[in-house]
Amino acid sequence: MGRYWSMLFLLIPILGVLTFVCAIADIWPMNGGAFAFPRNHWLPENINDHGHVIDSLFTFILYLTGVIFIGTSSALFWFMWKYDADRNTQPIRYTHGSHNLEIIWSILPAAALLFIAIYQMNAWADAKLRRPTEVVANREVLQKPFVRVTGRQFEWRLRYAGEDGEIGTRDDVHLVNDLHVPLDKEVVIQIESEDVLHSFFLPNLRVKQDVVPGMTQFTWFRANKAGVYDIVCAELCGWGHYKMRGRMTVEPEDQFKQWLAQKFEEQEKSGTTPDSGE
Amino acid sequence: MSGQGEMTVWEKSMSFVSTYVFSRDHKIIGLQFLFSTLLWFLVGGLLALGIRWQLAWPWSNMPVIGPMLFSAEGGQISPEFYTTLFTMHATVMIFFVIIPILAGAFGNYLIPLMIGADDMAFPTLNMLSYWLMWPAFLLIGASFFTAPYGAGGGWTSYPPLSAMVEAAPGSMSAQTLWLLGITFVGFSSMMGSVNYMTTIIQMRAPGMTMFRLPMTIWGMFITAILQAFALPVLTAAGVMQLTDRMFGTGFFIPENLVVNNSVAASGGGQPLLWQHLFWFYSHPAVYIMILPAMGMVSDMIACFARKPLFGYKPMVYSISGIAGLGFIVWGHHMFVSGMNPVLGMTFMVSTMMIALPSAVKTFNWLGTIWGSQIRFTTPMLFSLSFVAMFIIGGLSGIFMAATPVDIFIHDTYFIVAHFHYVLFAGTAMAVFGAIYFWFPKMFGRMMNETLGKIHFFLTFIFLNGTFYTMHILGAVGFPRRLADPYDYPTFAHLQPLNEFMTVCAILMVASQVFFAFNFIYSIFFGPAVGRNPWRCNGLEWTAPSPPGHGNFDFQPIVYRGPYEYGSPEADEDYYPQTEAPPKEAPVVAPAH
Repeated sequence: MGRYWSMLFLLIPILGVLTFVCAIADIWPMNGGAFAFPRNHWLPENINDHGHVIDSLFTFILYLTGVIFIGTSSALFWFMWKYDADRNTQPIRYTHGSHNLEIIWSILPAAALLFIAIYQMNAWADAKLRRPTEVVANREVLQKPFVRVTGRQFEWRLRYAGEDGEIGTRDDVHLVNDLHVPLDKEVVIQIESEDVLHSFFLPNLRVKQDVVPGMTQFTWFRANKAGVYDIVCAELCGWGHYKMRGRMTVEPEDQFKQWLAQKFEEQEKSGTTPDSGE
Repeated sequence: MSGQGEMTVWEKSMSFVSTYVFSRDHKIIGLQFLFSTLLWFLVGGLLALGIRWQLAWPWSNMPVIGPMLFSAEGGQISPEFYTTLFTMHATVMIFFVIIPILAGAFGNYLIPLMIGADDMAFPTLNMLSYWLMWPAFLLIGASFFTAPYGAGGGWTSYPPLSAMVEAAPGSMSAQTLWLLGITFVGFSSMMGSVNYMTTIIQMRAPGMTMFRLPMTIWGMFITAILQAFALPVLTAAGVMQLTDRMFGTGFFIPENLVVNNSVAASGGGQPLLWQHLFWFYSHPAVYIMILPAMGMVSDMIACFARKPLFGYKPMVYSISGIAGLGFIVWGHHMFVSGMNPVLGMTFMVSTMMIALPSAVKTFNWLGTIWGSQIRFTTPMLFSLSFVAMFIIGGLSGIFMAATPVDIFIHDTYFIVAHFHYVLFAGTAMAVFGAIYFWFPKMFGRMMNETLGKIHFFLTFIFLNGTFYTMHILGAVGFPRRLADPYDYPTFAHLQPLNEFMTVCAILMVASQVFFAFNFIYSIFFGPAVGRNPWRCNGLEWTAPSPPGHGNFDFQPIVYRGPYEYGSPEADEDYYPQTEAPPKEAPVVAPAH
């Protein structure tokens, strides 16, 4: 029986790797069977200039851990196969361990882990610490946000800076769940929460930041492909969490400006500004 | 007239109550924990199926169970009920199953037996630790059935959603009951951990040095220390959240908060404070949920490999290292929470480093079966699968330890895959193995091996079908805790994969019938066994099966560590810890 159990454990590395290969290569052997699998079972398309760092780090860790996974689970299979008591006639190796081996298999993973830790620091700093700057009156200052996104149960309220580039002034444009972003431009978004925790998640831009009531935070990216994408709430915010869906439209800058001006005009005509005060 | 020595009905019933109900015997308490937690395991599993049902066929009528539970909606899961489902699934599995089955059931049963003591250091405290679980059972049960919906804050209970009554109107008093329930679990665990530490330090049999303790006991010992130091923080935080809800304090509520059109009565607090306090306990709790399992697996693997455990001391140091580092990695749950990103870097480095002792343990398990004589018994199969599954769960942890990658996979199914590999495919599989392994000691009868192997095979196949595919969902960014993720165009095409997982999950729960039948049947009708059916070295196997009150019918004296299998000194392929070394071969002092 030991042989059959070993074979079962051999399936772990084989099927484990195969699942990921199918997902990456977008081939599903089961397609057309009982479960009609559509395509795209891997990272959604990245449209952020800064997002590829995250993707390549993901892939790097995947390959590294993949090699370790194949190695250790194959070793487990091989030992099960070879040292099955029903077949193995050799007496056991009476040993309590090996000092040298312990040192080797402590230092090697430690080095690999430290390498990953240091290697990724820059990407983290770029994503969360180094807010883009702009030059204003010959001085380098932190770039201003062009829109403020406020999460509330269960929608994203948006307040565009308008023509003067300042949020909180008379020419702001107020919208709900309808984020427009200029193409190929480094943008900064101010994110806040009005009531409970939410999380501002843009899968295609590899951006995620929890929003916390009482805190003002910023996130930034540079979208490089026009289209309509999802804004997902990724932190439980109540019963309606699942329907807190926003839409993000990436469009060339002139179109964006035109759209914003049009929205401002509509807002002026209707005469309703949701929260003009502040 | 009743003569002397003959008990009245009242006395008889009282003695039944004091022997089996309010017992102070660690073995009875252990079994009480075991039975309670196994029943809750069933509840938690069924809750999981509710979640899986909704994810595979959202808003469709659940057959059979649906009309019974929510007839108002025509058997359909409502979004409020969905939040209750995942909140309760996690709460039940973590606080009522994994932690109490490891520490409460196996800790209680095994610690005195494996160290050669007649009972725990504080038997009454021990009894209380079980009976304080009952208020928790009742409170959490009541919270589930409180109208209109149960607690819906997730098991992490993040404020302000959980701290402000208005934020989740559906779970008004349910959330309060939930918090009270968790507080009682805390009391129970605290009493247990004080008891375990004292017992292991003070009550070891003569000759049982710390470095002759089985790995199971090391796992329990380190776990007890973790509990004792981390748990008070959670209890305190829980009370703070309770006062926020009930008495108008504002520990976790920021200034001028308006939730659901009502202004918060108080403010000046910080929602992130809760997350720090919560994870300061709940990250060590992750190790509380795995270290005893690692210990039990080490014992089972050495026994069925018929070979000494490879690297005993490195294993002990790894457990201690995991426990020590476990206190300084809690921030990795908060990389995108709004915590200072600079702090994120520090937590990232400590988190990377905690993978190291886990790697060392895995290599030592592989080293143990290398050059061995493997007996493929049911407990051994579960233990080997623990190692295989822990490799997957450990490696997937590296992805989320990497802060930039975590930005993308945080709160997605990648995380769900990771902790189910560690907690279900890891700990729960180890617990199944441990039940098959120590069952003969607990009940004096064997469980059926064939049924055990069928149970293992089916569980193993379906758990991978359910959880491995979650990695793929996570790679697409599929978020957790959404009642209907298919509303998002990004995730709409993932429903077929979810259907596949749900079918696997249903079959996995159904496979547990083999276990339940085997367990109950074998208690009464399994073949009776002697003291040491597996031919193991540990002290517990020298006691009668099942051990009577006081455990040992002789004074155990320990001569060696627990892993002397295939020793050239012994006649058999095992060498019990209590067997005196042969007299004719005295230890000769080395010549000068």
